[in-house]
Formats: sequence, structure tokens, C-alpha cells
Amino acid sequence: MTGNNLTNKKISLSPSALYGWLGDRIFAYGIFILGFIVIFTTIAMAVSLYFSGTEAISKFGFFGFMTGRVWDAAISMEFGTWPFIVGTLVTSLAALALSFLPAVAIAIFTAEYAPKWLGYIIENLVNLIAAVPSVVIGIWGIFIFTPWVRDSVYMPVYLWSLENAPTLTPILGNPAGYGMLTATIILTIMIIPFTTALACDSFRMVPKEQREAASALGATKWEVIRMAVIPYSRGGILAGAMLSLGRAIGETMAVAMLIGNKNTLPFTIFGPGSTMASVIVNEFREAVENIHLASLMAVGFYLFLISLVVNLVAAWIQRKYAITGGRAV
Amino acid sequence: MNNEPSNENKIRLETIDLSVFYGQNPGVKNVSLQIFDKQVTAFIGPSGCGKTTFLRALNRMHDLTRGARVTGKALIDGTDIYDPKIDPVTIRRKIGMVFQKPTPFPTMSIYDNVVAGLKLVGIKNKSLLDEVCERSLRQSALWEEVKDRLKTPGGSLSGGQQQRLSIARALAVEPEVLLMDEPTSSLDPQSTNRIEELIGELKHQVTIIIVTHNMQQASRVSDNTAFFYIGNLIEFNKTTKIFTNPDQKRTEEYITGQFG
Amino acid sequence: MISLRRRYIRDNIMLSLIILNTIVILIPLFIIIVYVIAKGFDALSIDLFTKELGSPTRAMMGEPTGLVHTMLGTIVVDLIAVLIAIPFGVGAGVMLSEYPDHWANPVLRVLNDTLNGMPAVLKGLLAFTLVVKPMGTFSGLSGGVALAFVMFPIIARATESALMNIPWSIREAGLAIGLPRWRVILSTIIPAAKVGLVTGFLIAFARAAGEAAPLVFTSFGNNYLPIKWTGWFTGPVDTLPQRLYNLAISPYEHWHDMGWAAAIVLLAVIIASFIIARFVIRDKK
Repeated sequence: MTGNNLTNKKISLSPSALYGWLGDRIFAYGIFILGFIVIFTTIAMAVSLYFSGTEAISKFGFFGFMTGRVWDAAISMEFGTWPFIVGTLVTSLAALALSFLPAVAIAIFTAEYAPKWLGYIIENLVNLIAAVPSVVIGIWGIFIFTPWVRDSVYMPVYLWSLENAPTLTPILGNPAGYGMLTATIILTIMIIPFTTALACDSFRMVPKEQREAASALGATKWEVIRMAVIPYSRGGILAGAMLSLGRAIGETMAVAMLIGNKNTLPFTIFGPGSTMASVIVNEFREAVENIHLASLMAVGFYLFLISLVVNLVAAWIQRKYAITGGRAV
Repeated sequence: MNNEPSNENKIRLETIDLSVFYGQNPGVKNVSLQIFDKQVTAFIGPSGCGKTTFLRALNRMHDLTRGARVTGKALIDGTDIYDPKIDPVTIRRKIGMVFQKPTPFPTMSIYDNVVAGLKLVGIKNKSLLDEVCERSLRQSALWEEVKDRLKTPGGSLSGGQQQRLSIARALAVEPEVLLMDEPTSSLDPQSTNRIEELIGELKHQVTIIIVTHNMQQASRVSDNTAFFYIGNLIEFNKTTKIFTNPDQKRTEEYITGQFG
Repeated sequence: MISLRRRYIRDNIMLSLIILNTIVILIPLFIIIVYVIAKGFDALSIDLFTKELGSPTRAMMGEPTGLVHTMLGTIVVDLIAVLIAIPFGVGAGVMLSEYPDHWANPVLRVLNDTLNGMPAVLKGLLAFTLVVKPMGTFSGLSGGVALAFVMFPIIARATESALMNIPWSIREAGLAIGLPRWRVILSTIIPAAKVGLVTGFLIAFARAAGEAAPLVFTSFGNNYLPIKWTGWFTGPVDTLPQRLYNLAISPYEHWHDMGWAAAIVLLAVIIASFIIARFVIRDKK
């Protein structure tokens, strides 16, 4: 009896195929399939945008479409994406320029100066604001911000320029409220929390030793930040700024709701404009002609290329400025 | 070790009943000792005994730690560094510090690292900066190795070189006292040797306090040794005395390797 | 030489500027949230959760209208998205952390990050090409796919870092007692990283749930409840963010108010998942 039991146990201890090489194979291949589908999704995005837009790209040429200044879906059916590239780059770069210093300053206060409880509150508040959906910012922009900024900023400035600086008036453009500047301000509001959160993370990564070394040299609090903290985290901050730029470039709904949607250059400061993302959302559902649809897809393809460049630059900055030295070997 | 008798009794730094608290817990309890001018004083003891905590109290590094509190007095040339009227920034210029890990500023060149402390106070005179840079790097025995690449980043040096760079940086502001917190614990034996030689040369110019967990090191480089145990100063005496004939039983047990 | 006094003055100037900046920027940002909540709260009603929207004339005639079809549609579309995104996201994350030597991992990491950085509107175009076109109709399913594209890069990254936090020694311990690798991963590593995974799901959900851009040309929108239950999947479906957009740009006053109501509901969903994510993290520490 006892002997029998022992042999039985031994048999049950020897692993089944599922618990040996076979199970590991099946599992690994399952995982790899999932991983490869993720890889192919990204490739599919580029490929499908290109081929969906191929009719437009081949008709107007790769660079012809990119630099074409006419976007006419009503009569001539001629399409070029240049106005939208200009709109996208101008609004997002301006938003980045406006948001960068304030966002980093908030991060410095949160990570370096604020007492722990206050830093905790600010950080969560920043994350909370970053989580507010684009459409919610958009509705606030439409009903609260735009009327206010039109009446108390754009109109007075416009009227002043009519009287005192008539040369400026055409540059300022129509102060209707919906336009390039409104979109830029909204983008600035939307990327500040994002940049701040990333900069906070970078500041937290600065080793305690670096701060202490600066203090031990007789540096004041601000000098420690300037000498040890900011240089150490500059890679993270700059990469974060690039990611914020990527956000601004791809930001769609709030911009589509507030930019005024004008498809022809030149854009003016107060006047309406358009971005690549906003034109896609605005016109896609109404695009009946094949060439119009293909042109919108092609705009998507160029948007993909710009976002790709911005993301790659961000990754490159992160690698280039990564601090590898400074530690004991 | 060549002590000049005239310096023998000159007290540079003195603590009176100095305690450091983290929250409610005392890290160091009522330590009173004297640091003699232009000598090397070693703090030894098992890890967690408070020797580093005590060292950091000597240039007010605890000001930077949340929840740390220091009581008692620490006098440098008779002035209490914890006097509310005294600024910690001034104190830290007088009392330099070298840390356990080498801490070059990784984005700065070797040159900028060395003169970082001078640039802080707005010294821009190029020839003066050059002069101080060379002097400090010579003092820390790094000059010959880096003189041709002063513009390369400090992070590109080896660990031992980085530590000597950190020492050069601390020396550049001409401190009166140099605190060294286990300066060789992350280095290889050869670099350790180099740093120990350096300490022997530097003590003619500055007063050095070194924390070490390595008893051989303490016996090799120091003139006086303080033995700490669980936050208390157990014994403080000439190094030769501590290592040959300590007064306290616990010191003897530690020295002979019975615990620690 | 600069005197110490001047250095301290500079310190104080910098600190004042930084504090001033923080207040000037953060308070208005916070006010946006307060505004949406106040405006939205006024617009909330029972009808909102029980009636469908219908044509604009309904609201103008004073008939009770609401967004019940939108809420249900949001649940359907988000659920589809989560069900698609979790396996792919977790799978990619497991591949990155548990099979670090696989030759495709550098590619996967770069492309996953690339996808994550892509504008959501392009994810909508991709879902349009992959699902709407073959199906021949806008559908809840395509909306779910589009949102899944938003979610899974985030889940993959979160999974990778959650699993990486588990020390290798635990894997070795599992293998040493004779367990196969898949068993170690499924019953030791993943449960140990549960908190990080769930946090990642919630963050991904919060990001995707607020996206309207990918839904405008996938789930499209619908003013009515679908007639048959299959309509949720194979027909156009209303979702909160997309409906909010349509209401806000519509010319009808009634619909504007309803837009605020949609905004507060959407914000509540997102803040709730955000807070749960934070609390899960806090519990861990």
C-alpha cells in the first residue's frame, strides 16, 4: 500500500507537458502575438493614412499637397494642407512658448519650495486639471472664455488700433472671439499641467547628494536649484516640453471648437484659423467627394509625420541629456 | 605623524552637548568634543551609530532635512554656528564637505566644477579662477591627470578621480575645516590609497574630520579618533591611544572586531 | 564678489516670482473646474438620465429630453474599448518586462510610445479605415476600437513598469521550485503587480473616456436609443464627449444647457476614476 502510494506520488510530480516546455511555448507565443499586434497597429496607422490619402497625394504631389495653399471643397476641388500646417505650428509653438516658464516655475515651487502637504495638493490639482477632457475645456471656452476675452481684450485693443495704429489693424484681424489667439491661449492652459507634471518628475529624480553638494559649497536655496537641480533635470524638462508640444499639435476638440475654422491664409492674430486636427474633425463627416475625403486622410498623414518627428526628438533629447556620469563607477 | 606641538592644543571646532533629533528620536545624544586645528580627526563606530549624523551637524546640513533638529552648541573659533544670527551659507563656506558618493555636477565641465563655489559669490575674474582651479586640482592631486581636458564634463572621470574632483571643489573656496563623510567607501583600493595620501598632505592646510567605517583607515590617516556607539560618544582620544590602549571596554571590543 | 545680502535678495525675488506665478496660473485653472461644476450642476435633471434627446424641435417644444442613450452608449463603447485594450496592453507590457531579450522589444517599445504620442484624432481615422469602412456603417464597435487605440499604449507602459518593479529574485524563486515560467508570471508576478496594473487601467480609462475626436467618425453619434440591442454595436452610438461637442456647437439654447450637464457627468466619471487610481496608489504606500 505504502509503496504504491509513493509511486503514484512520483508520477503525479513529474510535470505534464503544459507545465513543461509546451506551456511555456504557448504562453510566450500568445504574448508575442499580442505584442506584435501592438507593433502592427502603429505601422497600420501610417500605412492606412498614406493609402487612404493616396488619391490626394498622387494628384497634387507629396510636396505639392504639403505646400498647397488652396483648400476648396466647394468648387475647384483643389486641396493643399499648407494653411493647416501653419495653423498647427503657430498655435502649438506659441502655446509652448507661453506655457514653458510658468509650468516649470510651478514645478519648482511644488518640488523644491512647498511644504510636503502643499506640494501634494498642488501635484494632485495639476494632475486633475490635466485630466479634464478637451471637450469640457472647449465648452468653457465657447460660453465663458470667448465672450469675456472678446469684450474685455480683443475689442478694446482692436478699437485702439483703429484709432491710433491703423497699420496694425489688418494684422490683428477680426476680433470675433473665435480665432488663433483664443486657440493658443486654450492650448497653453491645456499643456501647462502636462509640462508641470513631467518637470516635477524630473526634479524628484535629482539625487539628494547633488543638492547637498551644492549646499555644502555655500549655495543658497535658489542657487542650489540653479546649480544642481535644473542642470541635472534639464533633459527631462526639455523632453517634457517636446511631449507637451506633441500634445498641442494633436489637440483637436477644444481647438476645433474655438479657432473659428477658416481654411485660407493669411491668418491674423484675433482672426479665425484652422489646424490639421481641427479641419479633420470639422470636415470629415461632411466630406462626400472622394478627393475631399482622401485629402483629409492625407492631412492626417502629414499630422502623423509631424507628431512622429516631435516624439522622436523628445526621445532623442531624453537620451542625449540622460545623466549617466556623476555616479561612482 | 608630524604634529607641530604649537598646534597641539589649538581648538578649531568644539561641540557642547550637541544632540540631533529626527522627529522625536535622538540620532546623536549630548556629544561634547574638541577638534584640533590642522589635525585629522576620525569618527568611527558601527553603522547607525550616529557618526555621520554628528558630522552633518557640524556644517548645518541638517537644516536641509525635514524633521531634523539640533540642540546644544557647536563653536567654530568660539562662534556658535547654531546662533540664530549666523547664516548657514556662511558656515558652509568655512566648513567644506566631501560626501560618500562623488558628487561632481554632471552637466558642468571639470573646470566649472572646481570653481563652482567661487562663481556662486560672483567672482568672474578669469585669471583668478584659472589660478584657483589649478591650485585646487594640484592640492587634490588631480591636476596632472586632467589639465589637458578641463573642458570635459566632470561625469566623464573615473570614480576615484570624481572624488578627488569633489575634494578640489571643496578646497577651492578655502575652507578652514573639511568634513569627509566616508570619502572612500565607494572607491577601489587604489583610489582609496590616493585619497588617504591626499588627506596626509592636506592636513597641513586645513583641519580635517573624516567619518569612516574602516578602522585601518582611521588608524592610518588620523591624529585623533572618536568612537561612537548608538548615538553616544564613547571615547575620544589620540588615535594611537585608541587603537593600542583604549579606556573603554566597548571601544576595545569594537577595535578588536568583537562587534560592528 | 556679490554680497551675501544681495544673494539673499535675489533668492527672495525668485521665490516671490515663483509663488506669484504658481498662484496666478493655478487658481484660474482651478476656476475652470469650479465653473464647469457650477454650470453643470444647474443643468442636471432627472430627465437627463431617463429620456432620450430626439430632434432639436423636441427641446424647443418644451418636451422632456435627456441623454440616457448617451450614457448607455458611453458605457457600451468604453466597455468595448477596455475589453480590447487590456489584453493587448497587458500582453505588450508582459512581453517588454518578462521577455526582455526578445529581438522585437526595442521596436515594440518605440512604436508603442509613438502610438501613445499620436493625436487621438488619428486613432479615430485608423478605426474608421479598419472597422467603419469594412462594416459599411458607423458603429459602437468602431468607437470602442478607436478608444482602445488610445488606451493600450498607456496600459502597456504601466504594465511594463509595474512588472519591472517586482524584483527578479521572486521570478527566480518561482522557477526554482519547479514552476514553469507562464505559471510564475500568471500566479506570482501579475498578482504582485496588481496595484500598478489597476492604476494603469484607470489612468488609461480616464484618458480615453474624455476623448471625443476619435468618436466623431467612428461611433458617430445618435439622437435616439437604438431600436434593437445589436444597434449598440453595429449602428451609430451616442457617447458623452462627442455629444457634448455636438451640443456645444449647436445653435439651440436648450442644448447648450444640456451641454453643461453632459460636461459635469463626463467630468465626474473622469475625476472618479482619477481619485480611485490615486487611492489605490495611496493604499499601496
